[in-house]
Amino acid sequence: MIQLNAHHIWYLVTAAQWTVLLSLIAFAGGALVGLPIALMRVSPSQALRIVAGGYIQLIQGTPLLILLFLTYFGLGILGYKLAPLVAAGLALTLYAAAFLGEIWRGCIEAVPRTQWEASDCLGLGRFQQYAYVILPQAVRIAIPPTVGFMVQIVKNTSLASVVGFVELARAGQIVNNSTFEPFIIFCIVAAIYFAMCYPLSLASRFLERRANAGRASH
Amino acid sequence: MLYKFDFSFLLEKWPAFLNGAWLTIQLTVLSIALGFVVGTLCAVARVYGGRPLRLLVGFYVELIRNTPLLVQIFIVYFGLSSMGLKLSAETSAVIALVVNMGAYTTEIMRAGIQSVHRTQLEAADCLGLTRLQSILHVVLLPAIERVYPALSSQFVLLMLASSITSQISAEELTAVANNVQSDTYRSFEVYIIVAVIYLALSLLYRLAFKAIGLVIFERRRRLGTAL
Repeated sequence: MIQLNAHHIWYLVTAAQWTVLLSLIAFAGGALVGLPIALMRVSPSQALRIVAGGYIQLIQGTPLLILLFLTYFGLGILGYKLAPLVAAGLALTLYAAAFLGEIWRGCIEAVPRTQWEASDCLGLGRFQQYAYVILPQAVRIAIPPTVGFMVQIVKNTSLASVVGFVELARAGQIVNNSTFEPFIIFCIVAAIYFAMCYPLSLASRFLERRANAGRASH
Repeated sequence: MLYKFDFSFLLEKWPAFLNGAWLTIQLTVLSIALGFVVGTLCAVARVYGGRPLRLLVGFYVELIRNTPLLVQIFIVYFGLSSMGLKLSAETSAVIALVVNMGAYTTEIMRAGIQSVHRTQLEAADCLGLTRLQSILHVVLLPAIERVYPALSSQFVLLMLASSITSQISAEELTAVANNVQSDTYRSFEVYIIVAVIYLALSLLYRLAFKAIGLVIFERRRRLGTAL
């Protein structure tokens, strides 16, 4: 049996880079798909609202782990041999899109109705309304909860270990297999996750407090 | 793409799926109930406790909320067993889920408790209730009622997250699915079915929590309005 040494720790830290990369993929993909979902949810067309709402219900009602199995094993059998990174990135994108879509819908709806009416009076088209009036205000409301959700994304990338993608959690299992000191190793793994997530949590809380600063507290 | 869907294994395997769903219900109902108790106690400690207790609870909440459930499960199952505390996969799963649920419930319940107006406590003081009595009879129920929607969605999320315990081969729906999958090699079909079962379960849980809410909160039942 090999003693736990600095090389193992270094290996875990390098594996954390893949966790970061996967988180960035999931966030970028989730944002790219999530924004149209949010816009569809507040669209005047009932059909679009139903489609987007159905998508959100579907994704939020199934575990991410099953989604990951579906993209990895499922698409593999359908003839697309997906690398674990692609399958995990796809599953996390679908997952993040549903949650970000729902968060951002709330933020768009939080922009006062009068802003819509005023921009109507100015003769702006729907696209102009979004681009110049609604979205700039919605973005300010959206930043704290979005940063908060990034914590969920980082934590959930650990599930990619299940399909054999070597990120932080999987690296912990690998190190454990050679040293067999699970308690210490998984505590180190947890500490590295904590080091990534806690600053995001703090930032989210700070931004939220700053956003509410104008509002009188009871 | 010439893939033929084949759900014929269902004829033989459907009792396994049903059993898996039942195991998931047992696992999660137990974890939710215990996690709610832990979380409520911690929330009371966080709001009314002394400084050391408040710091301790805050530390627990931040630690759990900023690390993945998968790693928490590994620490309980592999970590504790290597230190001599041998736990079955199911017990480890319940412990990890309760610890996890407790942290999230603490944050939600803290918000609920803090939303109960100070004058309510002052009135309870005037009536001569002790601190414990006023927490039990004056604070807790309105606090729960106010955050009940957030609590029930957290409960549903926990039910979905319980699928992760399949990674230490605790007996539940996803573990059953993994077994069927290795028997039949129909992985795509198996996981589609499991996804549908989880969807049905989350719908069931939502309805159940709504019904429980109507039973517990008289105001909601009689007036149909939230607090």
